Amino acid sequence: MAASKTTGAPARERAANYLAKRHRFRLAEALPWLIAIAVFFIFPTRMTFGSQVLVMVMFALSLDLILGYAGIVTLGHAAFFGVGAYTVGLAAARLEWTEPISGLFAAAIAAGLVGFITGWFLLRYRGLTLLMLTLATAILLQETGNLRSDISGGYDGLPGLTFKPLLGMFDYDLYGHTYYLYVLAVLAVVFYLVRRIVYSPFGQALTGIRENVRRMHAIGSPVHRRLVTVYTIAAAIAGVAGALFTQTNAYVTLTVFDFDNSAKVMVMLILGGTGRLYGAFVGAAIYMVLEDYFSKLSPTFWQFGIGLMLVLAVLFAPRGILGVFERFGNYLSERKRS
Amino acid sequence: MTAALQVEKLKRSFGALPVTRDVDLTLERGARCALIGPNGAGKTTLVNLITGALKPQSGRVLLNGEDITASSQAERARRGLARTFQINQLFRGLTVLENLCMTVGERDGDCNNLWRAAGSKRGVIDEAIGYLESLRLTDDALKLVRELPYGRQRLVEIAIALAQKPRVLLLDEPAAGVPSSESHLILDVVAALDPDIAVLIIEHDMDVVFRFAKEITVLVQGAVFTQGTPAEIMNNEQVRAVYLGQEGHRGGHHG
Repeated sequence: MAASKTTGAPARERAANYLAKRHRFRLAEALPWLIAIAVFFIFPTRMTFGSQVLVMVMFALSLDLILGYAGIVTLGHAAFFGVGAYTVGLAAARLEWTEPISGLFAAAIAAGLVGFITGWFLLRYRGLTLLMLTLATAILLQETGNLRSDISGGYDGLPGLTFKPLLGMFDYDLYGHTYYLYVLAVLAVVFYLVRRIVYSPFGQALTGIRENVRRMHAIGSPVHRRLVTVYTIAAAIAGVAGALFTQTNAYVTLTVFDFDNSAKVMVMLILGGTGRLYGAFVGAAIYMVLEDYFSKLSPTFWQFGIGLMLVLAVLFAPRGILGVFERFGNYLSERKRS
Repeated sequence: MTAALQVEKLKRSFGALPVTRDVDLTLERGARCALIGPNGAGKTTLVNLITGALKPQSGRVLLNGEDITASSQAERARRGLARTFQINQLFRGLTVLENLCMTVGERDGDCNNLWRAAGSKRGVIDEAIGYLESLRLTDDALKLVRELPYGRQRLVEIAIALAQKPRVLLLDEPAAGVPSSESHLILDVVAALDPDIAVLIIEHDMDVVFRFAKEITVLVQGAVFTQGTPAEIMNNEQVRAVYLGQEGHRGGHHG
């Protein structure tokens, strides 16, 4: 401390550089994308499952934006996934609007709109109240669908949807190769958007709200507006994930609104690590691969494996799997220094 | 000249308990005013009413002559009303520098931007570091706030208030919780504040109060007991009886 006091100018320079460079891409960030591309070549027969993993990554990523960065706790994030899923589902089944990419935009707008309206009312509350209200939102949407099962297809859903070839050229194939690349491309675009937001001054303000909302009010931040903005964006992204879910599966049922779906995405994100962007990748991939593995190993007891994994995660990785890596990295760099 | 801050007949009660009773208070531009009173006199409540964290049941608050009674807390902050908290309210999981950049960003409306990288505006970072330098916090710039000793966290609290470029600054016991060996550092900072800023300080240490303040307001049971210059307050027998005598000249402060 005493030694560094004399080096005012370098300390200043170092601090400024840290902030100025923080948003730059690091080499390690290429890793998840390289893995995703490698999977395409190594497991050509598992592309449908691969697409589902990528969809869940996107869903978890949208949750990270509001939970990990803005600190909004929600148990109703499936509401937006569901709205997106049903937007393209209903458009295809009832309006014969089967062009996939314009469907994604429609889903984003519809889910974003629902996010904006519900967020405007709900985001005045925090903690348990907010938890209950978000949960109620998803249930209300689900029951609305159930009430008008003549339109939504109820719990039987909308089966056997067909979509137009991508860009009018690439048709759906049996193993889902096209859709895997399609979902991966959309995920890359969405990830880029989220990454920009997270490192923007707006993203900084979100972490401020997460860390101390009283202080944010005191420095003049329009907290409610910031929360509604990010909630709307996250809802739109969840909607896109839902739309991709419908498009890759070619069917959709009201179970997309299930509490299960909201809870699962939260578990995935926490497992991977919140507020880190890549936590969504790690968490969703590991959860789904293990779920797939356990359910083949023991079709009756597979949930035991998932439960055990969660217990282990809570005990040994309270800040998620990425948190463990981070700690290990810090440990190594400290050893190097001493 | 319009006063920087004017409080008129402010009233607030919690249930049946009146905590602020018809309080009048005026801060001229560049004022150095102290608010003293025994524990539970309603000093922090008054600050909360002025900043908008609490709504008054009646009365008005004027900032530079404009009625802000109906304005939100954030709106008041944007108009130049800053405060520090009796108990630190900081972004504990962020670095000291980020705490400051965020404040500058919110002040200038930068935080409405979702696309530009936060670190790409060198001016914001330089200004933030400027505040840290003035409080000798530069070496801690990249540390997380929660890793700092409490006394240095108190300085961050003040740095944030300064970064808001306030015209009126309310300091709620700036040296509270800091060991007396370090409190002089904070009080030096307070003494060196820009003379254009109107400052209201809540403080228990009477040495500080008498050295810093040009006017003193004594609050007892939610009402203004008396107002005057330090000399008048020091010689006021009733004040001695209700406050100074009771707590001793040093003002043994707790909580």
